Amino acid sequence: MIASYLLSLSIWLPIAGALVVLATGSDRSPGTTRWLSLVFALLGFLVTVPLYTGFDASKSAMQFVETVPWIPQYNINYFLGVDGISVLFILLNSFITVLVVLAGWKVIQKKVAQYMAAFLVMSGLMNGIFCALDAALFYVFFEASLIPMYIIIGVWGGPNRVYAAFKFFLYTLAGSLLMLIALMYLFLQSGGSFNILEWHTLPLAMPAQTLLFVAFLVAFAVKVPMWPVHTWLPDAHVEAPTGGSAVLAAIMLKLGAYGFLRFSLPIAPDASHALSGMMIALSLIAVIYIGFVALVQSDMKKLIAYSSISHMGFVTLGFFIFNQIGYEGALVQMISHGFVSAAMFLCVGVMYDRMHSREIADYGGVVNTMPKFAAFFLLFAMANCGLPATSGFVGEFMVALGAIKYNFWVGFAAATTLIVGAAYTLWMYKRVAFGAIGNKHVAELADIDNREFLVLGLLALCVLGMGLYPFPFTDVMHASVDHLLKHVAISKL
Amino acid sequence: MNFVMPDFYPAIPEMFLLAMACVILLVDLVLPPSRRWLIAFLTQATLVGCAILTFATADGQVVLTFSNMFVDDLLSDFLKLLVYFSVVIMLVYSRSYLVARGLEKSEFYLLVLFATLGMMVMISASHFLSLYIGLELLSLSLYALVALDRDSARATEAAMKYFVLGAMASGLLLYGMSMIYGATGTLEIGGVAQAIYHGVANKSVLIFGLVFLVSGLAFKLGVVPFHMWIPDVYHGAPTPITLFIGSAPKLAAFAMALRLLVYGLFELAAEWQQMLMILSVLSIAVGNLAAIAQTNLKRMLAYSAISHMGYMLLGLISGVVGGDRHFALNAYSSAMFYTISYVLMSLGTFGMILLLSRAGHEAENLDDFKGLSQRSPWFALMMGILMFSMAGVPFFVGFWAKFAVLLAVVDTGQVWLAVVAVFFSLIGAFYYLRVVKLMWFDPPLDSAPLEAGFDMRLLLSANGLAVALLGAFPQAIMTLCTFTLLRSL
Repeated sequence: MIASYLLSLSIWLPIAGALVVLATGSDRSPGTTRWLSLVFALLGFLVTVPLYTGFDASKSAMQFVETVPWIPQYNINYFLGVDGISVLFILLNSFITVLVVLAGWKVIQKKVAQYMAAFLVMSGLMNGIFCALDAALFYVFFEASLIPMYIIIGVWGGPNRVYAAFKFFLYTLAGSLLMLIALMYLFLQSGGSFNILEWHTLPLAMPAQTLLFVAFLVAFAVKVPMWPVHTWLPDAHVEAPTGGSAVLAAIMLKLGAYGFLRFSLPIAPDASHALSGMMIALSLIAVIYIGFVALVQSDMKKLIAYSSISHMGFVTLGFFIFNQIGYEGALVQMISHGFVSAAMFLCVGVMYDRMHSREIADYGGVVNTMPKFAAFFLLFAMANCGLPATSGFVGEFMVALGAIKYNFWVGFAAATTLIVGAAYTLWMYKRVAFGAIGNKHVAELADIDNREFLVLGLLALCVLGMGLYPFPFTDVMHASVDHLLKHVAISKL
Repeated sequence: MNFVMPDFYPAIPEMFLLAMACVILLVDLVLPPSRRWLIAFLTQATLVGCAILTFATADGQVVLTFSNMFVDDLLSDFLKLLVYFSVVIMLVYSRSYLVARGLEKSEFYLLVLFATLGMMVMISASHFLSLYIGLELLSLSLYALVALDRDSARATEAAMKYFVLGAMASGLLLYGMSMIYGATGTLEIGGVAQAIYHGVANKSVLIFGLVFLVSGLAFKLGVVPFHMWIPDVYHGAPTPITLFIGSAPKLAAFAMALRLLVYGLFELAAEWQQMLMILSVLSIAVGNLAAIAQTNLKRMLAYSAISHMGYMLLGLISGVVGGDRHFALNAYSSAMFYTISYVLMSLGTFGMILLLSRAGHEAENLDDFKGLSQRSPWFALMMGILMFSMAGVPFFVGFWAKFAVLLAVVDTGQVWLAVVAVFFSLIGAFYYLRVVKLMWFDPPLDSAPLEAGFDMRLLLSANGLAVALLGAFPQAIMTLCTFTLLRSL
């Protein structure tokens, strides 16, 4: 009985939790607020677990489908469902939400209830994006998720938070508004349906496909973000509070990439093939050029932000080389980047909470005072540069293999990221953690407490587990990816 | 000439309102000033009575009466109910503001009632004359209301501007009507449509008249380039009057546009759609761009109103494509839905200004909203909902309003127009977001507690929540719009 409402629960349970937290929370008793938020975040995660355990990996069709008419005037339905591509992101999102609640436990002392509620609302909305199969519903979730993030950056962010919050909101809105028109166009073309699955089989002429592809590209490229519309991300990441950065990197960036899989590729396959050269070029620029940009950053959060752009370039590259290993690699890379980037931001957060600085130059010799932390940080840094046996390796290796299959030089260019990535990550790690103790602030650092140990430990388990045995992740997506690839290969002209 | 007794039944709400207005005038004569609340109570009761009468007499038939000057159909019943509704809300929001400034005179209530009567006549007009009479009754009451605070130089100036420009617009409208009369030989809206349909009217005279008609209409709607009065009047008038001007009259103006253009001059749709399209694009552009530069919230909302009316026009211009009329119902109902959503949001935002104002302090500058989330998280949330809704972000009703008109535009194949509209709504999002920024990201300048009474708090909360709820479930209002239009066209 409850199994047929799992997706709805995964969306509305965190949102309902947020309302309860807002209603009961006050800054006089932040403890109860925190525990309450944690309970709801955990519940939100628990209802997503059966999605994975009950998922039939042999089918490529949508599962756990729910359909209720929502706005019959425009034939909009509350239509939810997951396939092998989206189910993992719902789990990832709910999992990261638990960690983010834990990470904000002590740092956030002002407006605790509002902080926690914003994250819970965002968690619900993003689950909605991943399982919406009605385009209008998708769009509603997609845009609504900007509101909590805008508030999170603006209220709990750094000194330049207002600028970053506006840039984040307006950039993303600019992209998505164009998509709205594309959705309306498709609605009319399909004879009055917002059903994404019906759109997949809708025949479209090449000019229409190209325009649609471009409209979707603008929306999703901003979100991914791809070069050259990536400039909002470093600002947003640097100014956002730790939890905000983690959610932004781990989940929000994935929305753009997910959009490519759900909209651009299956709806406009011919345009996707025709424009794949451009997409590959943009992806490679992101991978290589942004990798070098990351190298020169002096701010740790900025460095990780640029590294995220570079890693997401790998994902978009994987989508436009049109082979199974490339697609699966890109998806694995997305999940892995979800763990690793969240972990990296949380690590920076751990240091920032103690030192109130993100400048690499202010650190040095952290390993002497925070050995446990340094060990975790090293593991995540290694995963970030794609060391074998960590999750980062699996995805990058698969995409690189796929790329070489597609064209040797594309593969070669993509593989250079393994060097550049190692360079900027390890160089940063060296300057922060190794060497003699840099200054008296570093000398006074206390190592991580149990709560931080738990958060980082959970992520470390995921990173290592996925690196050593990735099949639980890849097995789920085989059928769906296979289906998608076959679909994309058929011309709709 | 023999006199035929007209059928009074369809006009019962109007007659009731007029009678009650006279009763209130008489009561006011004998009432000591300490019992002023009775006037407020009677006014509210009158409006509720009108609502009951309108509801009770709504039978879904199109009934013409008073020699075809007055029409009672579902559309008019629905719009009238919305007008009462927004006037009632307006009266609740404004009471404490007016009391604190000694402006709560019985003239206020009477003028509001007469303005309401004017709107009702406009909504039910099926004849150029009755339309004009309704419009003038509304406008004259509004001119006087703007100058209600007679010692305020700013308000007097605003009233003067409003009056002069309004009189000119009425002149344009009358001139246009006379042209159309010249071409068709009738002032009845239905008759005009017939005459044009049978091709007996001189086309060039008609177009000439149409230009003036559209100009007059554009003035009343407040769209570019006939928008000059809006910022000054919104800014200069006492906030409750701004709230009044910014809400119910928009519904009446929408009804006027519908009666004149769709009922009367539908055959000329290709012509007036072109004119309105230019007005619409200009309004969206100018309204959104100029709003960015404002530091006064009332002025900002004035420009925002201009842009919103531009979006509403997008719906009106999507009815007919190359002679094909099957888009009409959807397009006009999207414009109607837009107007209703806008009125709801407008009531809420001006209500917020009134909420923050107190004796000796006008909370009309943007900076007055600084740090509201610390002074009152609940009302900061309400204002946040209203701002996001005005910006057209889901899950709020403003999103569906934009969605509906944009879909109507895309349906006609004018994708470029939708892209332009969307581009400027992005710019518009900036200044709405700025209000949210002031409330949440900035520390408060003013730590005085909010003084509003319980009734206002309750209603304002309901207003904000309605914007959110209708955003989650917009179907009911959409259906009502389509249904009433379908039964009345």
